[in-house]
Amino acid sequence: MIKLPEPLEDVVFNLLKASNTKLPPDVGWALEAAAGWESDPTAYSQLGAIMDNVRKAEFLSRPMCQDTGIPVFFVKGKFDSSMVGAIERGIARATKEIPLRPNTVDPLTRENHGDNLGEGMPIVHFVPTGDDFTEITVMPKGAGSENMTRLAMLNPSDGEEGVMKTIIDAVLDAGGRPCPPGIIGVGIGGTSEKCVSMAKEALLLPVGEDNPDPDLRKMEEEIFVKLNESGLGPMGLGGATTVLGVRIKKAACHTASLPVAVSIGCWANRRATARMTSDKVEYTQGVFR
Amino acid sequence: MILVSPLDEKTVRSLRLGDTVYVKGQVITGRDEMHKRALEKARSGEDVPEEIFGSVLYHCGPIMVQRGEKWMPVSAGPTTSARMDSLEPEMIERFGIRAIIGKGGMSREVGEAMKKHGCVYLAAVGGTAVSLAEGLGESKGSEWSDLGMAEAIWKFDAERLGPLIVAMDADGGNLYEDVRGNLKR
Repeated sequence: MIKLPEPLEDVVFNLLKASNTKLPPDVGWALEAAAGWESDPTAYSQLGAIMDNVRKAEFLSRPMCQDTGIPVFFVKGKFDSSMVGAIERGIARATKEIPLRPNTVDPLTRENHGDNLGEGMPIVHFVPTGDDFTEITVMPKGAGSENMTRLAMLNPSDGEEGVMKTIIDAVLDAGGRPCPPGIIGVGIGGTSEKCVSMAKEALLLPVGEDNPDPDLRKMEEEIFVKLNESGLGPMGLGGATTVLGVRIKKAACHTASLPVAVSIGCWANRRATARMTSDKVEYTQGVFR
Repeated sequence: MILVSPLDEKTVRSLRLGDTVYVKGQVITGRDEMHKRALEKARSGEDVPEEIFGSVLYHCGPIMVQRGEKWMPVSAGPTTSARMDSLEPEMIERFGIRAIIGKGGMSREVGEAMKKHGCVYLAAVGGTAVSLAEGLGESKGSEWSDLGMAEAIWKFDAERLGPLIVAMDADGGNLYEDVRGNLKR
């Protein structure tokens, strides 16, 4: 067993509390910047209502949105399989004590056990990185945005133009349903499941940070401008603020494939991360440098 | 503008697209499972809770906590209304629903039912759940609690629920369609 400075269950509880009650700082700055350029009065007043709610949620320590989602975990560096049990206990406790809304149900009977667990839960992605610390991230993903996820298995001949069109259409077809202005996570390449996974992981990348890959950076900027010129606006009611950021990840793919996946994060794009060595734990809602 | 619920048809028909309003008075929550059950019961001639008739129906599955005898909403923002698209026209027709509060808008068929029977769609700002919970105040009880916290009917005497934007009016106007029709791709 890996030696941790605190029980993992407590760390998981703290991550769920932080991610549900406090906005990641990069997302907060992006919202404030958006309010600065937004000229549509309905859009502007909605951005004001959002920021007002963010302040209340943090001050009162309440979940900023009632859809506390399904928590998706990413564990990197040093890990072992015993961690799943600790994550389960952390979720069950957070559901009762924060409280979180009990969201998980059987897909067919729709039966809800009230603890946010159930068959196949929790969702934990173990990512081997070789780091000598343990890093655990939670992304509580609400259904409004999750239901708008899109995977397209394009033909290679569709090229970059087809990729761009897929992304723009996914966001504009979703309209107000995923609570725009949010973050657009994109996966390009890989296999189907890898592609969707990359799109979701892209939502963990900081908003406003330059992509180290110049081609992807250019695409991110072009999509960002196009979507904000579309006129969709906050909640699909019009305006210049449709997205706060676009982040893309890519992987190699089959010569006969061109998978593209879009995962939409709502305006809150909730996330929190803890990094643990044997003697200390640090938290961030951005990324560790 | 403050709208006092229960609403009459004349008030509802006087609302115009883009108006910002707050709701004071009776509000009930209801989403997927509530819609299904209400219609199943009504179709087979069974009773449904009387609060559904003429209601302001909030598409919301709140987080509720019990404080002593009272149930308080902690976080109570709108859910995506489009999931109820196929059931809402019949809900409006059978129960005379006067206003629907939600996010993301609803289908053209729902808009037609709103026009015919006198109902509006009020858009709440998605994710502003702490503010909206405060606007609702303590719950005045619940129905169908076997459906679970998110799907049950919660009854409120709202203090000042909003801001809400009139996004579909009772005259066939639809702000979402206006925006969609002018999107630049």
